[in-house]
Amino acid sequence: MKGNFKMIFKSGKFDVGVAIFALLILCIVIFPLLNKEDPLKMNYTMFQPPGANLPLGADNFGRNELVELIAGGKTSLIIGILAGAIATCIGLIIGLSGGYLGGLADNILSSVTNIFIVIPSFIILVLISVSISSRSFLTTALVIGFTSWPWTARAVRAQTISLRNRDHVNLAKVSGYSIPKIILMEILPYIASYVGMAFILQVASGILSEATISMLGLGPQNTVTLGLMLNWATMYEAHMSGAWWAFVPPVLMIALITFSLNLMNTGLDQVFNPQIRS
Amino acid sequence: MKSYRKYMTSKIAWYVLTFVVAVFLNFLLPRLIPGNPVSTIVSKITSGMADTNSIKRVYETFEKEFGLNKPIWDQFMIYVSNLFHGNMGTSFGQYPRKVTDILASSIVWTIGLQLPAIIVSWILGNVLGVLAAYIKKGFDRILFPVFLFISCIPSFGFAIVMVWLFAVALKIAPASGGYAFDMIPSPTFSFFLSVLQHYQLPFWSIVLVGIGGQSLGMREMSIYELNADYVKYCRLLGLRDSKIVKYVFKNAVLPQITGLALSLGTMVGGALITEIVFSYPGLGSVLFNAIAAQDFPLISGCTLLITTGVLVANFLIDIAYGLIDPRIKVAQRE
Repeated sequence: MKGNFKMIFKSGKFDVGVAIFALLILCIVIFPLLNKEDPLKMNYTMFQPPGANLPLGADNFGRNELVELIAGGKTSLIIGILAGAIATCIGLIIGLSGGYLGGLADNILSSVTNIFIVIPSFIILVLISVSISSRSFLTTALVIGFTSWPWTARAVRAQTISLRNRDHVNLAKVSGYSIPKIILMEILPYIASYVGMAFILQVASGILSEATISMLGLGPQNTVTLGLMLNWATMYEAHMSGAWWAFVPPVLMIALITFSLNLMNTGLDQVFNPQIRS
Repeated sequence: MKSYRKYMTSKIAWYVLTFVVAVFLNFLLPRLIPGNPVSTIVSKITSGMADTNSIKRVYETFEKEFGLNKPIWDQFMIYVSNLFHGNMGTSFGQYPRKVTDILASSIVWTIGLQLPAIIVSWILGNVLGVLAAYIKKGFDRILFPVFLFISCIPSFGFAIVMVWLFAVALKIAPASGGYAFDMIPSPTFSFFLSVLQHYQLPFWSIVLVGIGGQSLGMREMSIYELNADYVKYCRLLGLRDSKIVKYVFKNAVLPQITGLALSLGTMVGGALITEIVFSYPGLGSVLFNAIAAQDFPLISGCTLLITTGVLVANFLIDIAYGLIDPRIKVAQRE
């Protein structure tokens, strides 16, 4: 595994992805230390254009757009990471146990997975979000996480099945290791790179999901996220009044975060699936 | 043919089961909301009404429509039997319109907008993808990040920027609606022209975002195919490049059909929000207004309709695959 780390960073795409992502994280961490303005405080006039001490202007509530953007980026990223972690964990548990155990357990688990792959997770996301009347960023992350696991589960299951009858696994079986131990020690390490890649994609899609349900008015409350900024901008018709600073930055921020994550994923893919290394 | 019938039967069984689960979720989830949605909505509708008798009548009508006076299991049975009769209940927000009527008038717009957009972006994306894989080097080095970046922009975000750029700043196309607001839908030329003008921006915003994702998939498949032995053989034979690209395209495009199904599934969700940005009179706007008005029968109707659409799309793809793909044919025989 250690040799892999060097290989990973040899991929130019991965490096660029990491560089962009690290830059964004740095902004999110350092900026609030320098500018302690409350992102939700209405200090300016509605859609005040960018100026000397207001680099990105103000939004419809007269709030500092730049401060909001950084705070929103942070919340969106946290939602994405939490949702991605939840989805990856559920997918791992279901995929590993179904794939390794086989038989009836696998039948039940993969049936459930298949059903939830076909029903659009967006719909379940909308339905659950409608039924929760007060939403924090935490509940939003939970709901997104709980609705986006099926793809990971299916992929992990397929990988596990291909590993199930390898020699080292059989050896562990003969040695009398318990099932959880075999799964954790003999199978998980072999699919770790795969799971890492799935996690990265889940984070990216979690950020997009947040933006989507926030646009529907089902986003978290009492906080700023990139999706909420877009929601406010369209509700108050920023695009009709030409206040580009209210919506271009959040759109770019969403695109940049997911772009860097996807770049990392492609880079990793090239390292681990050399067939398509171009 | 016997094996194909077996394949079909198991597929149909799966889709029926999935549909039942979807209907159940559709029924259950909105009903988990704490509080009584009927009284909230009745008080909204009857505000200003002084006659307690008619208020009571309105309340009872709603309670009957929603079937809230019965145990939850009975409610579910009523809901299902109503569905079989093509009855999805009455809208709260647009009372007394039937949910099915609202859906029927909006689905036309959604399909009319999204189906051509998805197909156009699928074709353009696949052609660009195979070219990017074939030309490689500089072309690919620039195009790949560009495709990737475009596919990362949420379609509604792209839509907002397009409205601002083309409708507000450049004044090329109208900003919102499906047709001019002073018109009534009619089979006249001027109405058709208005629809076409309003079609431009939403259409292109869906197409442009879709191209990115499709071309990425096609690019990857084509690179894989370009490394295959038959390509080397074709090169040895001295076949023309355009011919080789044609072969590669043919082989790489089959898995992309799954991509088409997927984009039919996911783009319905993604592009619904695009409709909201453009106030396009389709399902997205209906769903958005229904959520804002807490119009639960209408929300359920929208989500069920979308789910059914995705299920049907996936099912059709499965049938097609069973007929076309030799790998599945072999699997059927096992």
